[in-house]
This record gives sequence, structure tokens and C-alpha cells, in this order.
Amino acid sequence: MNLGKSTRSEKFQHFETETSAWLRGECLLKAAVSVRMRPDEPPLSSSVAIMLYLAEKFQTPEHWFPADLRLRSRVNEYLSWQHMAIRMHGSKMYWMRVMIPKIMGIDVPKEKMDGALEDLNASLTLIEENFLQDRPFIVGDQMSLADLVAIVEIMQPLGAGLDVFEGRPKLSAWRDRVQASIGKDLFDEAHQVILGAQDAMKQVDPSKLEPFKPKILRLFF
Amino acid sequence: MQLHLDLLSPPCRSLYLFAEALKIPYEFRLVDLLAGQQYSEEFGKLNLVKKAPVLEDGSFVLSESTAILQYLVQKCSVADHWFPAELQQRARVDEYLSWQHLNLRSHCSKVFLLRLMHRPLMGSEAPKDKLDATLEDMKQSLDLLEEKFLQDKPFIVGNKISVADLVAMVEMMQPLGVGVDPFQGRPKLTAWRDRVKKELGVKLVDQAHEALLDSSGLQQKMQNNTELQKLKPMFLKYFR
Repeated sequence: MNLGKSTRSEKFQHFETETSAWLRGECLLKAAVSVRMRPDEPPLSSSVAIMLYLAEKFQTPEHWFPADLRLRSRVNEYLSWQHMAIRMHGSKMYWMRVMIPKIMGIDVPKEKMDGALEDLNASLTLIEENFLQDRPFIVGDQMSLADLVAIVEIMQPLGAGLDVFEGRPKLSAWRDRVQASIGKDLFDEAHQVILGAQDAMKQVDPSKLEPFKPKILRLFF
Repeated sequence: MQLHLDLLSPPCRSLYLFAEALKIPYEFRLVDLLAGQQYSEEFGKLNLVKKAPVLEDGSFVLSESTAILQYLVQKCSVADHWFPAELQQRARVDEYLSWQHLNLRSHCSKVFLLRLMHRPLMGSEAPKDKLDATLEDMKQSLDLLEEKFLQDKPFIVGNKISVADLVAMVEMMQPLGVGVDPFQGRPKLTAWRDRVKKELGVKLVDQAHEALLDSSGLQQKMQNNTELQKLKPMFLKYFR
């Protein structure tokens, strides 16, 4: 994967090390990433905005964010839709299956879990039927930022032990293409943390997660 | 070019205002959301996600208001300040457009939906603690709009209006449809809203919000609504 040119100017040192991690999609898995564009300005938040900024700044290969109006619109369409859909539903799974039992010491009521699963499945179906359809990638023949954002969010429930690819050959085939396009080693490296999350959680002392309780109560109960 | 819209929906209003203010030629196609028209088979063929707004430009169909706005910006060669070419200014617009989905948009919509639809759909008023929690979330989003995104600038990006302000303003207007005034006690945001209205055209903005602000009209629409049950699945999912 060609990462494009890089600049050596001082102001960008902070995110230069972040950049390669970024373009690997790894930072999409981290809690928060901030990029300082100028020292006197607040950092740029929002992973989508950061990716768009970096793609432009480093003049990454065109397929990531095509110049063609219609293709670019398809990327924007996916990036917009995914917030209130797969991103929300995928990460909810992680909270419900891993974090809540760990922090609250109870399982989420079956009804709530079923509802969350239903939402996740609806999002996955829409990805297959609306955004992928019969194309190799979301926008067409080549991978774009849409596929990158999609794959990391779809991998999230895997970190909760839920195999979202089971029974979804179309999605699995797309995942394989994305993996091949990024490079298997890089892909696996980026997902090491989330795929090991369930086991890692077992080692964590629940009392350290007390600060999450108010958020959980508000969001899930 | 056709825009499938319902002016009761904030993302639809942002497109309407943008197209009208910039005199972009289009045909208005009504999708009556409270009547469940988005769930019709015909609309489903247009947009599998079953939501408005939708743009049709010849054979090209596009959903998601922020994507449509950017499409119109590029296609119609509008003034640069709407979606600046300068990288860092553009990043600030992208940052806002990205953040707002799960924050300002989500919380303002929830307030609106809870107060408008809970009684007709569930047979009773929304539980007070649920409404209070939603209002608190909305308050936090408004605080962030003010303190993080706007700060002391006239508009979100700086001295000129951009699509970020347009998108923010229509979302912030939504709770007014159910008698909740997010501008109360917020002179900074009120002044900003007035600036945004002025840039777009005060009469135009008022006209776009007419249906939303007609509370007796809205109540009546809910009461005479034979298609109400079509909205229940969406409502239940939204609040689970």
C-alpha cells in the first residue's frame, strides 16, 4: 500500500508517527486520536475528518478518496451513514458482551441483547445490499476510505466474540479483498488489539473501570 | 435534478435551504415522513435505507444530506466559503459534520421524537427520567457547539458561513417543534443563529421552518394519522 509522500516539517512531527499508524487503520481502533494542524489551534478530532485531512495532506493515491464527483459522493455517503449505523451497533456489541459484564458484574438483559443483535444484523445487511452490492469494493474496483472505515467497525464485534462474517459469504469475500489490498500482515497487526480484547479484559481489575459506570447506566439501562 | 424531502426533517431542511439560497435548480418531491411514505415499496427502490433526503440527478441517486451537500457544492461551483478548498478550514467543516451525527443531531432529534411521538405511539407520555436524560444530553451537545466549535468566531469555521453552520442550525431548531427552546439562556448561539439566518435569507429560513413550528398542525397530524403504526419500529429502535 503506497502511503504517499511525507513532510519533515516540525509542526507535523506530532502526527507523523501517528500517520503511518493512521493509514494502517490502527488509530481507528484507539480511543481518541488528535492531530495538531497548528500549535495555536485546537487539535482535530473525529477519525473521519482526520483521515480526509491526511489523505489530502499527504497526497495519497487517488483511489482512497477519488476526485470523480460521483465516486467521491459514494465515499461521503458511506462515511456519513456509518456513524448512526454500523459504528454504533458494532461498538454496542463490545460494550454489551465484554465491558458491561466486566464492570457491572451482570449480563445485559436478553431482550436488550436481542435488540442490539437485530440492529447489528440490519446494518450488516445494508452494507452488503446497499453499499457493496455486486462491486468488489464500496465505490467500485478499488479500495477507498469507505472500505477502510467499514472494515474496522465490522471487526469491532469480533472483539466481543461475535463472528459477524458467519453466514455472510459476500461480506467475507469483501473482507478478504480488503485484507489483500492492505496486506495481510498489516491488517492482522492492526486488529491484534481488538481480537485479543476479550482475553485481555479477563486480566483487568474491574474496580479500575468504575469511571465507566455512569456512562453505562445512562446508555444501556 | 430532484430532491426528495420533508421539511419536518432537519437534514432535508439543510438541503432545501442550500438549494433555494444558492438558486440551484431542482424539483421538490415530497416524502411525507409522518405518513410513513419512506417505507413504501416505491421509495425503497429509490433508497434501500428508507430515509430522506434523497437526491436524484439523472440516473445517479445519492442519500445522506452531508454527502448531497458536498455533491451540490462541487457540481454547482458555489462560493468557496461553503466548503473551503483550504485544507485546514475544510478539515474543520469535516470535523463538525462528522461529530454532529451522534451528538447534536442525535440528541435534538430524540427530544423532538420523544415529545411528539411517545404518547400517540405508546399510549402515554414519555417517562420523565428518559426525557430529562435526553435534555441533559442535548445540553451537553449545545455546550460543545458553543465552546468547541463556535468559540468566539462568527461562524464555525471563521468569518464566513459554511455548510457546517447550516447543518448545525437546522438541527438546533428541531426541538422548537415540541416547545423546547434550545436557544433560551444562550445569547451566543442565538446571535449565531441570527447571523446564519441573515446569510441564507431570513424569510427563506422562516418559511422552511413553518411546518415544524406549527405545533397545532403537528399535533393534528399525529392525531389523524392512520399510518402511525408504520413509525413504531423506528421509534422503538431509536430508544432502545
